[in-house]
Amino acid sequence: MLRIEGLAKAYKTGDKALRGVSFEVPAGQVMGLIGPSGAGKSTLIRCINRLVEPSAGKVFIGDSELTGLPRRSLKQARRRIGMIFQEYALVERLTVRENVLSGRLGYVPFWRSFTRRFPPQDIEKAFALLDRVGLAEHADKRADALSGGQRQRVGIARALEQDPDLLLVDEPTASLDPKTSRQIMRLLQEICRERNLPAIINIHDVVLAQGFTERIVGLRAGEMVFDGPPTALDEAALTSIYGEEDWTQMRQAAQEERDEAEALAQEHRMAGSL
Amino acid sequence: MTSQTLRRWRRPPVLIQSRFWRSVIYGGALIYLLLAVGSLEVNWVRVYEGLDRGWRFIEGFLLPDFTSRWRDIEIGLIESLTMTVTSTVVGIAVSIPIGIGAARNLAPRPVYYLCRAIIALSRSFQEIIIAILFVAMFGFGPFAGFLTLSFATIGFMSKLLAEDIEDIDEAQAEAIRATGASWLQLVNYAVQPQVMPRLIGLSLYRLDINFRESAVIGIVGAGGIGATLNTAIDRYEYDSAGAILIIIILIVMLAEYSSSHVRKWVQ
Repeated sequence: MLRIEGLAKAYKTGDKALRGVSFEVPAGQVMGLIGPSGAGKSTLIRCINRLVEPSAGKVFIGDSELTGLPRRSLKQARRRIGMIFQEYALVERLTVRENVLSGRLGYVPFWRSFTRRFPPQDIEKAFALLDRVGLAEHADKRADALSGGQRQRVGIARALEQDPDLLLVDEPTASLDPKTSRQIMRLLQEICRERNLPAIINIHDVVLAQGFTERIVGLRAGEMVFDGPPTALDEAALTSIYGEEDWTQMRQAAQEERDEAEALAQEHRMAGSL
Repeated sequence: MTSQTLRRWRRPPVLIQSRFWRSVIYGGALIYLLLAVGSLEVNWVRVYEGLDRGWRFIEGFLLPDFTSRWRDIEIGLIESLTMTVTSTVVGIAVSIPIGIGAARNLAPRPVYYLCRAIIALSRSFQEIIIAILFVAMFGFGPFAGFLTLSFATIGFMSKLLAEDIEDIDEAQAEAIRATGASWLQLVNYAVQPQVMPRLIGLSLYRLDINFRESAVIGIVGAGGIGATLNTAIDRYEYDSAGAILIIIILIVMLAEYSSSHVRKWVQ
């Protein structure tokens, strides 16, 4: 579905953010992209839809090459790539529904988007998506009136409104609490399964990445140093990605946290069934 | 017991590190100030004579005469308000495209430089100078005033709008760009919602500046309440002049209160 060949990016300052990264993501695969800050995770996913212009390498979606497309065709190609952001990146002063509908901007002419007269099927889709992410009753609130978790759900709905063939997700849980983080990751996982949608999820929380993705790619200083299933991510692999650290401790702490969350969820379920 | 000398700390000098240059620059500035004040020639006799006139002016202000020149005041006031509203609307309408063009993050380089040049031109002249020019070109009256205020509004609004656009949260713009939106859609969806409250606030502020300026440029012949005020002062009718000043103050206060109210409401 997505194929990347020798992707490299050197910024004007001389920083080499990416040094020849190649991989393929088949349809329906949810891939976690991990690595320390500054490893080039953000740059990598932005090079795919060319919000950042790569210096070398090729990006293919299906059979069409994105790199080298002229402006106009690039905009058309971007319509099929949904993007979800770290700090949600919703337009704060627009309503939830306007934010979701902005996912259709690439498909409608300016005057329609300006007068907010979107085609009926777009509006129907927005209703259905807001239902899906559980925000139907908040549709006409301003985006800045929502909580972090709710905002990220709007971000997800906006990306899906595009009818994407691929999701690029940039640190979706960085500003969320642990419980909400897990809910958001679970939602992403479910949605990708429902639609057989491939996704690349940048995430610095290794435990979340292992819990909710099918494949993990590790990036260090712009180079791929790991590519494998979450179970293969052992001590040695973590050290090759992040450097020396006591990884057993992290795993234990995470396990405890997970047990606690499970126990809490159990309690909730019991309370709910009473 | 360990005896230890107390360590001393002093705040390092903020602006000028060297003690020598600090005393030279501050000392020089002080000497210049003293000399400059000394060079002002004050004609104390004239000041004393003027006190009388000043007193009459204050008297006029305390006992304003709204009635005897009411026709003139009314005409001037209506002219001023018309000038204010039309020039603000036209000025803002022209400012919006120029302001967008002058925002580094939205406009291509050549457009950016062109729009910045227009802003610089508009801002480099004070209203009175422009008014004198337009009065010479189009004759006395409110049309010259309207052009002056529109021209001045363009520099003011475009500059502040451009700066606000440059300060937007880029993440929101990036998200809209990522959907495949066109440039116009980007402006409409990502930029406009972010700058709208400030644009409305600035427009109201400019409305009240334009009203005050309309009183000033009237003095050089550009019509409005300023012309009426000028006539009243020329005729030594300080009570009518006082009435005009009170009306100006009231209108400015009204604009001030309502605009702060509206600003809060549009946040």
